[in-house]
Amino acid sequence: MKVIGGSGMAIEVLLVEDNPGDVRLTQEAFLDANPSVHLHIASDGVEAMAFLRREGSHTKDPRPDLILLDLNLPKMDGREVLAQIKKDESLKTIPTVILTTSDAEGDIAKSYQLQANCYLTKPVQLNAFEALVKSINDFWLTKARLPQSR
Amino acid sequence: MPLEVLVVEDSSGDIRLTREAFRDVNPFIHLEVAHDGVEAMAFLRRQGAHLHAPRPDLILLDLNLPKMDGRQVLAMIKDDDSLKTIPTVILTSSEAEADVLKSYQLQANCYLSKPMHFEAFHGLVKSINDFWLTKVKLPQNEQGDAPELSIHTGPERSPKKSLGTKSLGTRRNNESDRRKRNGH
Repeated sequence: MKVIGGSGMAIEVLLVEDNPGDVRLTQEAFLDANPSVHLHIASDGVEAMAFLRREGSHTKDPRPDLILLDLNLPKMDGREVLAQIKKDESLKTIPTVILTTSDAEGDIAKSYQLQANCYLTKPVQLNAFEALVKSINDFWLTKARLPQSR
Repeated sequence: MPLEVLVVEDSSGDIRLTREAFRDVNPFIHLEVAHDGVEAMAFLRRQGAHLHAPRPDLILLDLNLPKMDGRQVLAMIKDDDSLKTIPTVILTSSEAEADVLKSYQLQANCYLSKPMHFEAFHGLVKSINDFWLTKVKLPQNEQGDAPELSIHTGPERSPKKSLGTKSLGTRRNNESDRRKRNGH
């Protein structure tokens, strides 16, 4: 999962996504957009929380600088993951970006109520998806100031 | 319907630069300005002279403000069930790590430092427009509509699409209507 190389400090990004195709596309798009990004994958909500709380096999995992969170996930729903992150004093400061195929108004409103930092819908077209990953990199990992994680 | 952006900023120079930059990057943004924290909360709660204020789609909030500090404004927004869904971006000259951390603790949606140079500032406003007002899905703006306006908002309640999906004519008309309403 880790990408070696690039200059400067590694940026740790946790992608919570169950669709292997979307995982792969996101990995490839980040590889193009910013080789300093270390992308970690959790494929369901329970694994995401274990990663963030460094439980089980995740005791040595880093604290992510940014979380990309799908809403529809096995075992524990993305909404529940978001609620748990934003209720946790230690985790709530990690910017959490919803990245989902749902463009339902109810999901958008609910995510902002739960204090998602922003909500993005996955475009169907590959080019548009790559452009969106580039936007996430340009905005969140370049322009935005993130809290220091260590 | 133009996108409504509330800028909470006390520096008249920064207000002017922000206005000019938004005018360049996206003329369909309707920028409202609150010069201190008390005015920002009155605007958001439609109190006093702000009875007919629109609900903003996005808030750009400075931290160091007269009367009521930006941190306090942020805490009040995020403590209010109706206002907390409005994305609130901190835009400040402070680079202090403690300010960054505190802002995310208070659930700021994001933290940006104002660059010193004009061109970099202009670039940052363009980034805000390209990301927050173009890529990001914002919550629909109906929850806090003023009751006296709600009769007229029927067509505006359809899901907010990207700017590109609206005809220029419609937006121009809305924009000029609003300018008349606001006495611009």
